[in-house]
Amino acid sequence: MGTNKNPLETKEGYQNYVDQKSPNSPIWKNCFNAFWVGGLICTIGQIISNICKQRGFDIATSGTIVSIILIGIAAFLTGLNIFNKIGKFAGAGSLVPITGFANSIVSPAMEYKSEGYVMGVGGKMFTVAGPVLVFGISASILIGIIYMIFNTQSITLV
Amino acid sequence: MDIDWAQVFSWMPLLKCFIVGGLICIVGQILIDKTKLTPARILVIFVTTGAILGGLGIYQYLVDFAGAGATVPLTGFGYNLAKGAIEGVKEMGIIGAFTGGVKAAAGGIAAAIFFGYLASLISKPKMKKQ
Repeated sequence: MGTNKNPLETKEGYQNYVDQKSPNSPIWKNCFNAFWVGGLICTIGQIISNICKQRGFDIATSGTIVSIILIGIAAFLTGLNIFNKIGKFAGAGSLVPITGFANSIVSPAMEYKSEGYVMGVGGKMFTVAGPVLVFGISASILIGIIYMIFNTQSITLV
Repeated sequence: MDIDWAQVFSWMPLLKCFIVGGLICIVGQILIDKTKLTPARILVIFVTTGAILGGLGIYQYLVDFAGAGATVPLTGFGYNLAKGAIEGVKEMGIIGAFTGGVKAAAGGIAAAIFFGYLASLISKPKMKKQ
């Protein structure tokens, strides 16, 4: 049965085919996949945002709704082990959008589930998300303070 | 309420969103492939960069141009934090610098914690390969 198979249907045959088509330059393929998957996730966000605007929400609220929906979907896809497969294919395409933030919370939490629901899941959730929040929030506070300093001197920074 | 689907799927804003969002992800992919940065560091870099560009008012142009293409990537999360902090300062001075950023990003942060915990609870542990 194996002998009359098309070479593309066997694992090795397919790998050879792929190697032939993309000689030593996986970065181009990675970038292409990251581009269209990332772009698609953003476009889904834009469509949700457009629907929110039509329903009468302002821009800030629409943005929050988009974040909540995308984060929710990404969190559950990670829990079901589907997101990791997308991530392997798309690389930064699924990591850089807000979906990657949700994934970075669920992945370590799943791994340490055996250590309990408080310190295992509750604690390890922030292995990656913790630094993101620390730097993001700290930067925003500094920016607020800098803005205030410049503004009291009647110099407009923004 | 009726939804004008032609407006929802108007292709020009969606195309801009797709291209800008995709390009931001390409930057991330190049960082992954060409540097030894871990994904955690890349996420931190994106959020901090977004906050700084947001604070300087540069990122606003990208948001006006590409909509969700600029706000959905993590740079948009940083931009949102910075924008909130500046608006907080305008409203109530120094206290606003502390409350504004998190207030603007509260929905996303709370959703990430809540759905993240919930999804971890329902997940099945991965089969360990030996």
